[in-house]
Amino acid sequence: MLDGYGSTILEGAWLTLMLALSSVTVAIFLGLLGAAFRLSPIRWLAILGETYATVIRGIPDLVLILLIFYGGQDLVNRVAPLLGYDEYIDINPFIAGVFTMGFIFGAYLSETFRGAFMAIPKGQSEAGAAYGMSGIKVFFRILVPQMIRFAIPGFTNNWLVLTKATALISVVGLQDMMFKAKSAADATREPFTFYLAVGALYLVLTSVSLLALRYVDKRYSVGTKAADL
Amino acid sequence: MIFDYNVIWENLPLYLGGVLVTLKLLLISLAFGLALAIPLGLMRVSKSALLNFPAWLYTYVIRGTPMLVQLFLIYYGLAQFDAVRESFLWPYFSSATFCACLAFGINTSAYSAEILAGSLKSTPHGEIEAAKAMGMSRAKLYRRILLPSALRRALPQYSNEVIMMLHTTSLASIVTLIDITGAARTVSSQHYLPFEAFITAGLFYLCLTFVLVRLFKHAERRWLAYLAPRKA
Repeated sequence: MLDGYGSTILEGAWLTLMLALSSVTVAIFLGLLGAAFRLSPIRWLAILGETYATVIRGIPDLVLILLIFYGGQDLVNRVAPLLGYDEYIDINPFIAGVFTMGFIFGAYLSETFRGAFMAIPKGQSEAGAAYGMSGIKVFFRILVPQMIRFAIPGFTNNWLVLTKATALISVVGLQDMMFKAKSAADATREPFTFYLAVGALYLVLTSVSLLALRYVDKRYSVGTKAADL
Repeated sequence: MIFDYNVIWENLPLYLGGVLVTLKLLLISLAFGLALAIPLGLMRVSKSALLNFPAWLYTYVIRGTPMLVQLFLIYYGLAQFDAVRESFLWPYFSSATFCACLAFGINTSAYSAEILAGSLKSTPHGEIEAAKAMGMSRAKLYRRILLPSALRRALPQYSNEVIMMLHTTSLASIVTLIDITGAARTVSSQHYLPFEAFITAGLFYLCLTFVLVRLFKHAERRWLAYLAPRKA
């Protein structure tokens, strides 16, 4: 299939999927942290969270990817000698990709999570506090489980954008399916065929995600009543 | 000093030229996208499956695939066909600017169409009933009642889309155009200063984003004042 390039493209698709799943894990962690910071009563934490969300969302993904990938590598190697470390540090492209995407989409998710936390009735956290739970316990036991339901629509959007944005990582040389398609296209001089195939694979990925997240949404909405319009 | 900002200062004209290219790409693709989005949005709210389904499929496929794939399909992909290369359209399709504008325009048209359809669907029932009671025809109903109000109410979401498009134009640098990102890539590779080069590009985008946010705040104050929360 595809002049024998089918299997390499599928390998690339696997890498794309792994990249997306690993980055979303990092992004969820950073998003929760960012949302907690932005909602915290401590002023400098709130400002820090706000700055992270605003600055990252104000800059294109591609520029951030180039900045973190090339700039980050460069910066690490400029700073390391000052700390007395003289060897050239080469960052693994997959790990760098995961952290770059995670860092970018953490900012977007922090916005989603913040809105979801704010949608939880105030009485819930007050009740938790009344039971003598610490702030952290209230956060993880009371707020996070209820926040998930409110966050699913926004999360679905962000996950889809992230999945599609992984294609940009091919620009800095990570061998995802976009990268493999480009090599195949250059070798066979049939770019349309290969980009179309990759486009179809992305469409499968996004469609499956939509179905899966719709199921999750249904599960988390059990026992709630939708507004009747 | 571990940072070298002289190089950036010397290359400022390159960046400013990049800002112009970015703005040009943004304006052309938004105009083209919006022109396509209005009929598509109307098709998406139509009850006739014959009209609705093609528009649904179009927005679904465009929104389900990465922008980069769409851009490569148009810029690199179409050259695969002799029919395209021999046609009178080839001068256009071999131009990176044309292909970038076309790809961005198609992309934003799908997102804008969905925004417009959502906004049309949330038109209050009463307004439509009132228009019908006044004896308006369907065309008049759309022209006088539905579209003006739906386009206004779509403004907050559309502002997000415009900012997304500003960010999307950075992909033009991948197909050889010297927009802001392209300028940064040139500086980065000529002087080997990736950190400074891309930080500068980021700052330019950040400023443009803030300007756009401001502009849309003004637009909302002008056209959506009647929906603003009442001042206490």
